[in-house]
Amino acid sequence: MNYEAIKHPGLNLGSAHGRDHDAAEGMVFGFWVFLMSDAILFSMVFATYVTSVGATAGGPGPHELYDIKSVFIETLLLLASSFTFGMASLALKYKHGTARLIGWLAVTLVLGVAFLGFELHDFASMFSKGAVPSRSGFLSAFFDLVPLHGLHVTGGSIWLICLVGQIAMYGVDTQVKLGLMRLALFWHFLDIVWIAIFSVVYLAGLT
Amino acid sequence: MIEQTRDGGDAATRKLEEQKEFHSYVWGIALALMLTLAPFALVHWAAMPGLSLLSVIGAFALVQMVVHFRFFLHIGFWQKREDLQLILFSTLLLVIMVAGTIWIMASLAMRMTLPAQP
Repeated sequence: MNYEAIKHPGLNLGSAHGRDHDAAEGMVFGFWVFLMSDAILFSMVFATYVTSVGATAGGPGPHELYDIKSVFIETLLLLASSFTFGMASLALKYKHGTARLIGWLAVTLVLGVAFLGFELHDFASMFSKGAVPSRSGFLSAFFDLVPLHGLHVTGGSIWLICLVGQIAMYGVDTQVKLGLMRLALFWHFLDIVWIAIFSVVYLAGLT
Repeated sequence: MIEQTRDGGDAATRKLEEQKEFHSYVWGIALALMLTLAPFALVHWAAMPGLSLLSVIGAFALVQMVVHFRFFLHIGFWQKREDLQLILFSTLLLVIMVAGTIWIMASLAMRMTLPAQP
């Protein structure tokens, strides 16, 4: 199946990157352990949401608040950004040059920021309907779960900008490579969490 | 050094590997798109009754997660590393805690409901 032994999750640099490939093993695996603990955290917030979904206390519920078109656009944006980050990983691994690497990262960032824009617009329209976190148990749980994911995407975007800055300052060195590989895992992981959000929160809420 | 030349130094081999990995991402996004479109379409046109629609949404979500793990995160059964074991163990913990929470809270809600006055 593979020409080389796989050392860690995500795209492996391979032996053409020499010592950087060996350095990646422990670093990326450690980050993977963190991601799994983050998944546990998300799952508990999901459990909180599911147990409070009926607790609307006479306030607005999912049918009045969720906009399926907006959620669909957000889903496509995040999925496309996962793909473009994959292209950035390939540009890094096969040394297509810094310009192409930064180009794909920039596209990823634009898609991520567009996702956040749509999400904030959703929240604003919910607020205008009186759906604030303090309105009901359902809304508290909603604003615990969905913005937690949005906060992760915001953190990932800031991290991405920092890495582009590091590339500009130091070039594509070992630290930058390790950072990009960990951010790739983080970015793909957030897309997986989003699958759970659009299924459990939005689609299940609108059935 | 000799090993490195044999494994990674061969340009043709690397070119082939690059194409395979590129196709992996293309397959990933194509499958993920289909697995996204289907449940959104079902919900949008309300094509099914409630409970069976919920199970279909859940099934599509689980398959799409596996697709993301396989094609974007490159995790599979051929690996000898602990990555997959870690995912499976985390999933076990996650299922115990989530299912337990939902079970207990649903049971509590049922018991806390006042019985209807005769």
